[in-house]
Amino acid sequence: MASVHGALLDLKRLDRLAGGDTVLHRLDPRAKVLATLIFILCVVSFGRYELSALVPFLIYPAVLIAIGRLPAGYLASRVFLVFPFVVAVGIFNPFLDREVLFRLGDIGVTGGWISFASIMLRTALTVAAALTLTALTGFVPICRALVGLGMPKVFAMQLLFLYRYLFVLADEGGRAARAREMRSFGGKGRGLASYAPLLGHLLLRTWQRAERTHMAMLARGYNGMLPAAESRRPGLSDFLFILFWGGLLITLRLCNLPRLLGALVTGTLS
Amino acid sequence: MHMADALLSPLVGGTMWAVSAGAIAWGSARLGRESDDRIAPLMGVLGGFLFAAQMINFSIPGTGSSGHLTGGLLLAILLGPSAAFLTVASVLVVQALFFADGGLLALGCNIFNLGVIPAFIIYPLLYKRLIGTAPGPRREAAVTIFSALCAMELGALCVVLETALSGVSELQFVKFLALMLPIHLAIGAVEGAVTLAVVSFMRKARPELLARRTHAEAAPSLKPFLAAALVCALLVAGGISRFASAKPDGLEWSVAGASGSAAPVALHGVTAYLHALQGRFAWFAEYRVPAGEGVAAQQAGPGAAGVVGTLITLIIVVAVAALLRRAKRGGATPEA
Repeated sequence: MASVHGALLDLKRLDRLAGGDTVLHRLDPRAKVLATLIFILCVVSFGRYELSALVPFLIYPAVLIAIGRLPAGYLASRVFLVFPFVVAVGIFNPFLDREVLFRLGDIGVTGGWISFASIMLRTALTVAAALTLTALTGFVPICRALVGLGMPKVFAMQLLFLYRYLFVLADEGGRAARAREMRSFGGKGRGLASYAPLLGHLLLRTWQRAERTHMAMLARGYNGMLPAAESRRPGLSDFLFILFWGGLLITLRLCNLPRLLGALVTGTLS
Repeated sequence: MHMADALLSPLVGGTMWAVSAGAIAWGSARLGRESDDRIAPLMGVLGGFLFAAQMINFSIPGTGSSGHLTGGLLLAILLGPSAAFLTVASVLVVQALFFADGGLLALGCNIFNLGVIPAFIIYPLLYKRLIGTAPGPRREAAVTIFSALCAMELGALCVVLETALSGVSELQFVKFLALMLPIHLAIGAVEGAVTLAVVSFMRKARPELLARRTHAEAAPSLKPFLAAALVCALLVAGGISRFASAKPDGLEWSVAGASGSAAPVALHGVTAYLHALQGRFAWFAEYRVPAGEGVAAQQAGPGAAGVVGTLITLIIVVAVAALLRRAKRGGATPEA
C-alpha cells in the first residue's frame, strides 16, 4: 500500500465488482461468508508438510471467479501483493528443516521447502478467498451478514459509518500527501516536522466533518441507531450453495485427491 | 505487523477470534451505555482518518526508511479506550476484506495485537496511570513515547507467540523474537513521536477536545480489567492445552527454543547467519516429522505419484475455470 490514491483505486475497483449481477452476486451474503469460513478453516487445518492435498482447493476461488465474472488477473496481482510478509517469515523453513522427505530423480526435496511451498499456497488460497468474497458480496452486505451471525450492532454501525467516510477521507488525505510530495521534491520536508501538522490538520478537518455530520443526522431524525435494512430469507439456491461447497471442501479436506489420482495414473502406466 | 492466515493454525486463529470477538462485544456494550451520541459519527469518520493516515509516510532522518502512524494509542487518548478499540478494529476489518492484509482468520489476531493491546491494556494500565491529572510537557512526552513503545513491543511479542504456537513456520521462538523486538522498538519510538506530535498539535488547535476526555473519564478501576484478563487467560490456556495434546511437536519446539538450547543470534549479515544455521543442521535433525502427521511420511514413498497427481489436479482446476468462464450466462449455476 504505497500511496493513498493507489489504495483508494483498488478499494473502489473491488467495490465496483460487487455491483455485478451474476448468480453468485445474488446469493445471500450469509451463505457466502459461511462458505468462505469453511474454506479457510479447511485450508489452514492441514499439517505443515501438506502440499498436494491443498492444490484441489484452488477449485473454490477459480470457480467463483469464473462464474462471478471477476477479473482473474487483477485478483491474482492483488494476491501477490500480500506475499512479502509471509515470505519473510516462511523463507527460514528451507534452511531450518533440511530433512529429505522424498526424492525426485536426483533432487532430494527437504521438508523445509515443502512446508515453505505449503505456506505460499495457503497464502494464495486464503487471500484469494477473502478477496473473492468481497468482490462478490460488497462491504455493506457482508456487515449485514455478520450482524445476522451475531456481531454487535454498535460495531456494525461503526463499520457502516467507516465505509461511508472512508472514500471522502482517503481522498482528502491523498490530496494532502500529494501536495506535500510536490512541495518537497522527494527530499526535505517529508520529515516528522511536516508530517505531524499534516496529520493534525487532517484530524481537525475530520473532527469538524464529524460534527457537521452529526448535526445533519440529528436534523433527519437520528436516534442513536441506523435503521436496519429488511432482511431477505435465504432461498433454495443459498442452501444448495452451502451444501455443495461445504460437502466438496470437507471431502477434499478428508481425502487427498491428487495422491489418489497420481496413484491411479502411475499405477496404470507402470 | 499484520499476521497472515497462512502462518496460523486454526486453533490459535480461532482462539484469538474468540478473544477479539469478546473484546468487540464488551467495547460495544460499554459504548452503548454512553449517552453521548456524537461519538458514533465521530468514530466512523476517525476510522476513515486512520485509514488515510496509515498510508501517508514520513521519512525518518538518517536512516532512509519511512514510518507511519498506527494510531491505536492516539485514538485512545482522543476518544477513550472503547471507542478507539472499535475504530481500530473496524479499520482492520476493511483492510482484511479489501486488501487481504493478514486475512480473515488472522483478523482475530490482528484486532488483538493492534487494537486490544493499545486501547485496553496499555492505555488504561500504563498511560492513564503514569500521565497523572495535569502533566507537564516533559512528562507527557516521556509517558506517550514509553506507552507507544510498550504497545508496539507487546504487539510484536504477540505476533511471535501466535506464530510459534501455530507451528507452521519453522522459525524459532527466540530467534523470531530477537528479530522482531528490535525492529518494533524503532517502530514504537516512531509511533510514540508521531502520537505525541499530533496530540500536542490538537491541544494547541482545539484544547476543548482533549479537556472533554480528561474530565469525562475517572481513573480506571482494575477490577473489570482483571476479570477480562482472567477470561482471556482461560480461553488461551484452554486453546493451548488442546493444541498441546493435538500437536505436541509445535509446543515442544518452541519450548526447546525458549529454554536456551539455541545459540544467541549474531545479526551481522544475513548470509553468515544462514550459513551458520546450515552448518548446525545436525542440531535440527532431532526435529522429525511426527508420526501423527503421517501425510508426509506416506508422501516420502510415492513422491512421484504425489507430483503427478498434483499436476493432474491443477490441470483439472484450470480446465473447469476456463470452461465456466466461457459458458453462457444462462448455463452458469453455482452447482455447475
